[in-house]
Amino acid sequence: MDNNQYQQKDKYQKLVEKRAPKPNYWKNGIWAFGIGGAICVIGQCIHNKIELIMNLSHLDATNATILIMILIGALLTGLGFYDLIGKKAGAGSIIPITGFANSIVAPAMEFKREGYVFGVAARMFILAGPVLVYGITSSVIVGIIYYFYNS
Amino acid sequence: MANNKIGIQTIKLTNPPSIIAANAIVGPKEGKGPLAKNFDIVLEDDLYGEASWEKAESKMAIETVKSAVLKAKVYLEDIDYFVAGDLLNQLMASSFAARELQIPYFGLFGACSTMTEALSLAAMMVDGGYADYVVAATSSHFSAAERQFRFPLELGNQRPLTAQWTVTGAGAAVLTKNSGGPNITHITTGKVIDYGITDAYNMGAAMAPAAVDTIKAHLRDTGFTSESYDLIITGDLGIIGMDIAKEMLVKEGINVKNNFSDCGVEIFNHFEQDTHAGGSGCGCSAVVFCGYLYRLLKEKKIRKLLLVSTGALLSPTSLHQGESIPSIAHAVTIESNL
Repeated sequence: MDNNQYQQKDKYQKLVEKRAPKPNYWKNGIWAFGIGGAICVIGQCIHNKIELIMNLSHLDATNATILIMILIGALLTGLGFYDLIGKKAGAGSIIPITGFANSIVAPAMEFKREGYVFGVAARMFILAGPVLVYGITSSVIVGIIYYFYNS
Repeated sequence: MANNKIGIQTIKLTNPPSIIAANAIVGPKEGKGPLAKNFDIVLEDDLYGEASWEKAESKMAIETVKSAVLKAKVYLEDIDYFVAGDLLNQLMASSFAARELQIPYFGLFGACSTMTEALSLAAMMVDGGYADYVVAATSSHFSAAERQFRFPLELGNQRPLTAQWTVTGAGAAVLTKNSGGPNITHITTGKVIDYGITDAYNMGAAMAPAAVDTIKAHLRDTGFTSESYDLIITGDLGIIGMDIAKEMLVKEGINVKNNFSDCGVEIFNHFEQDTHAGGSGCGCSAVVFCGYLYRLLKEKKIRKLLLVSTGALLSPTSLHQGESIPSIAHAVTIESNL
């Protein structure tokens, strides 16, 4: 590619950037904060109730809460509401554990037509897979560092 | 040099074929858009009674071809060739439609530019005396395209403002030797153009230079001016791509202030229907042409039309390998009477 074409491409990129509409970061941020916060408040309420009623330790109550939040996320995805929430909330509903549940249930539903083996099971982790791989890998690395640091 | 070729990229048809019938089927969302009343069938359910989105798309292609052939007052057996394409892997919708229709079939892939690619080749077949009747058809389906190119439908993500909405719809046109307007008179075949856009959520911007290149080549080869057209309409550049294309054309000294539009801009009410930058997909220019523009040509409200379907020739593989988006645009001139 000659120099002229590079310049042309560069100029074009700038033109496109100028013409592309900018998202309203403030509005999106407020929505993400509001809905993301609301999900966390719901989680905290459930946690408090479990701790109180079932008389569990703090850590056990946390695990139970996670299970319930995943159930809620999966259920709302299945009923077709989570994508509507996500459209408004963006990262606010992706980051909590309910978003993780959504990222597993959504492809499982979408690819059910390709069967339970090559559809549901094989495609279930197309979005969550990378999160698991890097999440687990980094926790192992941090664990090793922690082990040597303490010994 | 070939007899019918003029300039570098253009063909002037000696016996301009007639488009004797056209038919368009759209999904429910398109049926709520500004062009709704122009479509022959508006589906109530975008699954169309089928088990999958892909089969629904194929059924739309089948039904639109059958209706177009019926309108042309011929039988399916009279059709010599079925030239068709879509966006799905290995042309699932078109090939499955061809399996049902049992017409000799050429499958085309030109991404969203396939409608004018099909019209070009169909016109050449008829003009060359290789066929009496040819059907050109394309289809696309929002949900089928989303699951192939982007994310599952129920995923709670946000679509960027530059993203476009794949049209659910199928259009078919029946071509035969000259028997009154509208006729296809000129064909300009595009080159693959790539200005280095890598954002698959801004395909209008990726395709705009291809549209500009083809329009420029068409005017250069034919000697027409942009003013000689009642309407120059691109396939699916969307709001952003159309703006960029207009700006680039004006810079080239081509006046397109009053007679330039885009099928992807026309098909939806973008703000109310939340389609962001506009419609896209093989079905976009197909249904806008076969439904809306064909009627205007028939009623002689448009006398000379340049239809420039635009295609982004990307694949999920090329995107993940970090390649930019190659684009193409094919133009056909359609005149309401000769």
